[in-house]
Amino acid sequence: MSVIDRPVWLGRPKPVAIALKALALVLISGVVIFPFLVVISTSLATKAEIDANGGYVLWPTHVSFDAYRQIFDGTQVSRSIVISVGVTVAGTAFSLFCTVLAAYGLSRRGSLFQRGLLTFVLVTLLFGPGMIPVYLMVKQLGMLNTYWALIIPGAVSAFNIVIIRGFIQGIPQELFDAARMDGAGEWRILWSIVLPLSKAVIAVVGLFLAVGYWNNYFGPLLYLNDSQMWPLQLVMRSFVLENHISSNATQIPGQIRPPAQSIQMALVVIATVPILCVYPFLTRHMSKGMLTGAIKG
Amino acid sequence: MVVLLLFTYIPLLGSVIAWMDYVPFLGFTGSDWVGWDNFTALFQDSAFWSAVWNTLQITFLQLLLFFPVPILLAVLLNTVAMPFARRFVQSVIYLPHFLSWVVIIALFQQIAGGAGVINRFLITHGASPLDIMTNPQIFKLLLTTQAIWKDAGWGTIIFLAAIAAIDQGLYESAVIDGAGAWNRFWHVTLPGMRPIIVLMLILRLGDSLTVGFEQILLQRDAVGPGAAEVLDTFVYYNGVIDGSWGAATAAGLLKGVVSLFLVLAANKLAHRLGEEGVYRR
Repeated sequence: MSVIDRPVWLGRPKPVAIALKALALVLISGVVIFPFLVVISTSLATKAEIDANGGYVLWPTHVSFDAYRQIFDGTQVSRSIVISVGVTVAGTAFSLFCTVLAAYGLSRRGSLFQRGLLTFVLVTLLFGPGMIPVYLMVKQLGMLNTYWALIIPGAVSAFNIVIIRGFIQGIPQELFDAARMDGAGEWRILWSIVLPLSKAVIAVVGLFLAVGYWNNYFGPLLYLNDSQMWPLQLVMRSFVLENHISSNATQIPGQIRPPAQSIQMALVVIATVPILCVYPFLTRHMSKGMLTGAIKG
Repeated sequence: MVVLLLFTYIPLLGSVIAWMDYVPFLGFTGSDWVGWDNFTALFQDSAFWSAVWNTLQITFLQLLLFFPVPILLAVLLNTVAMPFARRFVQSVIYLPHFLSWVVIIALFQQIAGGAGVINRFLITHGASPLDIMTNPQIFKLLLTTQAIWKDAGWGTIIFLAAIAAIDQGLYESAVIDGAGAWNRFWHVTLPGMRPIIVLMLILRLGDSLTVGFEQILLQRDAVGPGAAEVLDTFVYYNGVIDGSWGAATAAGLLKGVVSLFLVLAANKLAHRLGEEGVYRR
């Protein structure tokens, strides 16, 4: 394990080149990290400090968690967090279930109509129906203003099916033959052979699905009219981008409200933290998943 | 083998869900047929053409400014010899891809908005503040900047993989022949990446009519529809908000058909130029 991993044909670069490169990398990372720093600091700052700085704080001298306390105090925000978590968990589970079954079915050569169905799925990659027909369909099914509308329409994507299917196809045929010889049925094969072997790819697809559900903003905007049902992303929009904060937050008598900026920024932090939590798992597998998907899709 | 039969019905169920949204357009015939009226009305609507024009402008800007960024970033990252520094930078620049547009725009608001970091800095140093977030004139540039911030890092993955697949022997012989860094980049790295670059370009061209829907929807009110209306938001506002379902669906369908045609055309062009393209045949 050396710290430096340079191909042999390349001589030692000049110090100037190293410095320039380092500077570029620091700048690039800085451009990404800096906004997060501002947001976290502001969410933790006190009112006096934010006012003194004119709206944001780079490094709070007095850390205060009032904004977070207020958010978790049973207002619309805490409800929206519960909703978001629920939709994300249910949606990911449902979506994975359908996708894995479809992928398995389509990966087995010789199953009924396999080729026709595969084309059927792949065409959706090239040609989508557009927003209005989807909306009308959801309406016809009576799913408007229900959480089903957030979960079902986008649950199965051809892209994910193709990724998982490609992986399942890589499992040696002998394993299937042996299992069948031992009397295993299709469900048994799926459960004891396919699932354990494709754990990694299923986990990656699942994580991407979860991130998608968590970040979904247009779905609820389109399908949910009742602001009581709003998930976090929509509440965040109305608080942070439209400044609806004062009318929505409950005022507790005898207590100074934390500054609006802090609450807004605390919301942004809360919307980001779950993603940061799954991020290490994502990075570990994602390049591989992305590439198989990109090459086959 | 009997159970296998059962299994084929489950993918069927899955496919039905993927297609479910498509059915109403064909089966939704309770109302009267109006022939091509919706389409002709659409073609006479100046708002529609303005949306098309805005969409194309944004696509062009993104091709010009956004598309090269991940390629250059990937080349830069590839020359970083310290594995730790490289992995760190990669982790950092992939991250914004996973954030929602609401978060991204909130971040931009905080940095570049009226009371944001940049303008506070300008004011405290005696300069006048800049109107960045709500200026229709530079809105398209703002969109492109946001897109770069969010997805340029993510885009490097595929180009990094392309560089990694280049035969190291080519570099060795290039060095022996006396090629400098620039020559190695121009004659080895770039040609090695070409198939992937072409592939990504095709995919992007096929998506020409799709430009950051959520991103624009969130900011449309700040700059007004004149600068921010694109095809997707046009469909949304006309159909769902104003209730002219027919015209909006026609616009959406038109977009789908044209996009399909664009993908096929771009792919054909790639074949013509001797590249592999998205699919073979």
